[in-house]
Amino acid sequence: MKQIVVWVEQRRDGGIADASLETLRKATDLAGNINGSVGAILIGGRCRAEAEELIRYGADRVWLVEDARLDLYQSDPYAKIAADIIAEAGPEIVLIGGTSVGMDLAPRVAAKLETGLTAHCIDLYIETIDGKDQLIQVVPGWGGQMMVKITCPDHRPQMATIRPGVMEKGTADRSRTGKIVPVKPAIQESDFRAKTLEMVKEEEQETPLEDAEIIVSGGFGLYGSEGFEPVERLAAALHGEVAGTRPAFDQGWIPESRMIGQSGKTVRPGLFVSVGASGAMHYTTGFLKAKVIVAIDRNPNAPIFDIADLGIADDLNRIIPCLIEQLENQ
Amino acid sequence: MPLNIVVCIKQVPDPEHFDRITLDPATGAIRREGVPSITNPLDRHAIEEALLIRERCGGIVSVITMGPPQAKKSLEDALAMGADRGVLLCDPAFAGADSLATARVLSAGIRAHGPFDLILCGNESVDGATGQVTPQLAEFLDIPHVTYARKLSLTGDRAALVERAVEGGYLRVAVTLPAAISVLKGINRYRLPTAMGIMAAAEKEIVEWGCSVCEPAPKSPTQVTEVFESSMKRKVTMLTGEPEVVAGDLLHRLREMEAL
Repeated sequence: MKQIVVWVEQRRDGGIADASLETLRKATDLAGNINGSVGAILIGGRCRAEAEELIRYGADRVWLVEDARLDLYQSDPYAKIAADIIAEAGPEIVLIGGTSVGMDLAPRVAAKLETGLTAHCIDLYIETIDGKDQLIQVVPGWGGQMMVKITCPDHRPQMATIRPGVMEKGTADRSRTGKIVPVKPAIQESDFRAKTLEMVKEEEQETPLEDAEIIVSGGFGLYGSEGFEPVERLAAALHGEVAGTRPAFDQGWIPESRMIGQSGKTVRPGLFVSVGASGAMHYTTGFLKAKVIVAIDRNPNAPIFDIADLGIADDLNRIIPCLIEQLENQ
Repeated sequence: MPLNIVVCIKQVPDPEHFDRITLDPATGAIRREGVPSITNPLDRHAIEEALLIRERCGGIVSVITMGPPQAKKSLEDALAMGADRGVLLCDPAFAGADSLATARVLSAGIRAHGPFDLILCGNESVDGATGQVTPQLAEFLDIPHVTYARKLSLTGDRAALVERAVEGGYLRVAVTLPAAISVLKGINRYRLPTAMGIMAAAEKEIVEWGCSVCEPAPKSPTQVTEVFESSMKRKVTMLTGEPEVVAGDLLHRLREMEAL
């Protein structure tokens, strides 16, 4: 039976990283298309509970690698273990959530397996080309104004990392069953040439942008008004989070963790309000999957209105105070 | 302890002008006429980090790139910043290389160039933006790698301590040399070439190697099958009128759409 294998990342506070759940859900969809099964590789210190959780989220088999030395991400042994499991299983496809750790592990594994790897995919589907099932891997190119389809026609597995936040997570099904396969890692001290000593947390006080239901995002159009304050006040009135464009980051109005777009965050909130941003593709690519998009910009021809549901072509300093007043008086 | 440092750089189209990149409707090919080329910005931080280490420890900084003949310009810029030597890996057989093939060619070029203690790269390029080459060339050279480096200090005895950014903090990673490390923007502020530097660069050597350094030219497992303009257009409803009316209309519609 054809297999799709997912490498799964744990959160430091326990549980499975969102990026991995999004990836697992995509793997189960693709497995349905090729009539295959889904395997998950889980490496860590102690992670039996997470392995069981993976089965509820759609894994048919979990390779569980538990070792106290592997509690933190260790690039050399993680790549070795993952590559060994994959080489033995011989899957058609390997998917990895594109977190900073996933982006570190995937290329090293692909190099060990001498196969192709596509980075930051935003869409994946199967197409039959010359009688053979191929994984079509879609990535944004050149700042997001182009989309590029990539295939790996002659090498297996076909490997891809998935941009976090773009795909949906699945839901847990407590009645699902699967197999947990414990794997004893064949690693030695010499495998830790790069050794992670500790994880140092730098807690954000605020809600992570990816979890926000409502986001108000500002761009360079705020320049010369009261700076970023209108955006912050509107976000507060909507009980939403503040975000911005790259120029807003360059101006020092927002920290990097609040930057939306190709080089920043990808979000899919219920409501995304863009203020004073013309709508360059490298920005809009970060929120295309928002349920409702509202655009406020002075220029009626700005491309931001092409991707919005509701648009207001007016001075934000006229509109925003009225919005805040009506929100507060409701 | 003097170090042999190799910095891998890439010439890329200037992202400020990405909007000038178009698609030929007939052939589906990318057209990038008039888009200027620059050295990938993160790679400049990698060059800077190499120069800082050389200032402290001594040694030699070599820059290496795989690209078309005009990529030599990026090597010249790096030499003007202060690097000692340049290597251009240039052959028609290298064109269109994906990250795996690029890593193959670069690792062969690095080996051919001589002994190395530290390989520095930008964490990713602004064009392909895969960030895959550093771990892959480390694999081919059988050395450890660290990506997303935001701080790097040598700890003597052929080892380094790296602050490696992750979501919500960073990892402290101890790595033995030789190693390949890719750096983030925050690691330093890079210097610009001075007039003196540019003059000095004219005296420095750039060697050019073709396919002979890596025969047969490695094949790319991945292929671009299609490029299309992304269209995520929605049907917009423009709200017009006095600000109070528009604001009320917007909030009313958002409640109807259950977005509030």
